[in-house]
Amino acid sequence: MLTKIKQAGQTLAQGGLLAAAVAGVFAFGAAPQTVQAQTLLNVSYDPTRELYEDIDKAFVDFWVAQGNPAPEIQASHGGSGAQARAVIEGLDAQVVTLALAADIDKIAKEGKLPADWQSKLPHNASPYTSTIVFLVRHGNPKGIKDWGDLVKDGVEVITPNPKTSGGARWNYLAAWAWAEKNGQDPQAFVKSLYEHVPVLDKGARDATTTFTQREIGDVLLAWENEAYLAQKELGADAFDIIVPSISVLAEPPVAVVEANIHDDAQRKLADAYLNFLYTTEAQAIIFKDFYRGWDTSKADPADVARFPKLELVDIAHFGGWAKVQKEQFADGGVFDQIYTAK
Amino acid sequence: MLSLMVLLPIAGLLVQGFSAGIPAFLAAVNTPRTWAALFLSFRLSLVAALFNLVFGLVLAWVLVRYRFPFRKVLNAAVDLPFALPTAVAGIALTALYAPNGAFGHIAKDWGFKIAYTQWGILIALIFVGLPFVTRTVQPVIEEIAREVEEASATLGATRAYTLRRVIWPMLAPAALTGFALSLARAVGEYGSVIFIAGNIPLKTEIAPLLIVIKLEEYNEPGAAAIGIAMLVMSFGMLFVINAAQVLSRKRRGNV
Repeated sequence: MLTKIKQAGQTLAQGGLLAAAVAGVFAFGAAPQTVQAQTLLNVSYDPTRELYEDIDKAFVDFWVAQGNPAPEIQASHGGSGAQARAVIEGLDAQVVTLALAADIDKIAKEGKLPADWQSKLPHNASPYTSTIVFLVRHGNPKGIKDWGDLVKDGVEVITPNPKTSGGARWNYLAAWAWAEKNGQDPQAFVKSLYEHVPVLDKGARDATTTFTQREIGDVLLAWENEAYLAQKELGADAFDIIVPSISVLAEPPVAVVEANIHDDAQRKLADAYLNFLYTTEAQAIIFKDFYRGWDTSKADPADVARFPKLELVDIAHFGGWAKVQKEQFADGGVFDQIYTAK
Repeated sequence: MLSLMVLLPIAGLLVQGFSAGIPAFLAAVNTPRTWAALFLSFRLSLVAALFNLVFGLVLAWVLVRYRFPFRKVLNAAVDLPFALPTAVAGIALTALYAPNGAFGHIAKDWGFKIAYTQWGILIALIFVGLPFVTRTVQPVIEEIAREVEEASATLGATRAYTLRRVIWPMLAPAALTGFALSLARAVGEYGSVIFIAGNIPLKTEIAPLLIVIKLEEYNEPGAAAIGIAMLVMSFGMLFVINAAQVLSRKRRGNV
């Protein structure tokens, strides 16, 4: 559209200056529209800041190399649930990359994207996975090795509020899975676990700050990538990562928000952006930023070797997010009972 | 204009809160956790506002009546809690009062915890509310001529008597207004408290956080129900304060 007007302008310019000026005005008027089509807002969850900073840089280079004008990729980060609500309430996000499929389901329920969104991209639309590990103070002074050690006398556990944090729900489910496997009553176990929590932060990043900066607590239940990131930023001699015997396979999914796509150019960009996450190049970045990717072919072997193998259970083990959300975290659910039964 | 900006949101709150019917409204509010949060919010706000009333009055008095180095700097600093984004205030206070912070460290040596307890919440509420009292009474103190006190003294009044019967009646209406503003601000304060409170249900969970939690559960009527409960309680408190002002005017004449 823009080029056509420009060409017309050039033809007309030979006819007269005035006509050229008019065409110039038209071209100018059309310009902002084209620029707008090249912006993309990615609404993501809390601990992906560093990942998407790197991904966005690589994607812009990739997109420009394919002969497209440089797009402007914007990112918004916050608690997964709060981010989903912002999109439902009208935040103009073209793609969402959240912590839980349940949160994207909520957006789909409002008709902003098709209900079968998770089948549109490989691996259940999850370009990377992560798990929950323990971050402890250097030397592990309290001798924490597995979930059972968290409820010992004198151990303080930092984990955010599962009501407001997607990561915290995974923490909770991982503890649940351990209790199930070890013949304990899972509900009693998570109850005693939360009795060891002195601060219930709103999001995963807040909890990391409480543990690392404020030096509260003996163990942080953290996203694996957060644990490695904290170690990288604050020095390997400050914290140790403890891998429990069992944890969860978190599959943070991504999707295009159809209702917020304004034209074909933007759709192309949004699709390309999400597909880019599955390329060998992006997968290498994913491994570098401490997420577990799928394709190791271009990744630095050291980044891949970092992740220990452990027993992982996925959300299907618990009956899917819809069931878990209703039974565990809804108003009056199992989690509420922990704090209402005195 | 006023009805658009104030009444419309309140009407929306009422509609939303009662949208599921009265029983659902009661079910949302009448839980031990909600009561604990409401009681905590209002109790600490009241204590913070009382503290601010006394300390804010003293501060305003000192700023008006005494000349000392850096008075102007201190005077400007009073407005800081107004200007500072509440989240920044919350993070700064937490950094100071956490067990590894400057003040928190001293408290820890004494076997005392401030951040992540109710004390932490109280400190944040005092911080955000202080300028309300100081700024409302300051102009009134400026209007009080020293001669009034001198006249009182020449008539044989003691200093305490002058303060009680001459100064306080002139200050009372402004001081009560400042108290009410400070209280109202503290009740609704979210941003700064959230960082320094431990947010543990039944212990350090404030009512505004409970509203946010309900919203994140996509439970708008539940959130609105707690909002209405807060509105009713705030209204009741402001009513009492206004009544106190009216009474003091009747007793002492309109000053």
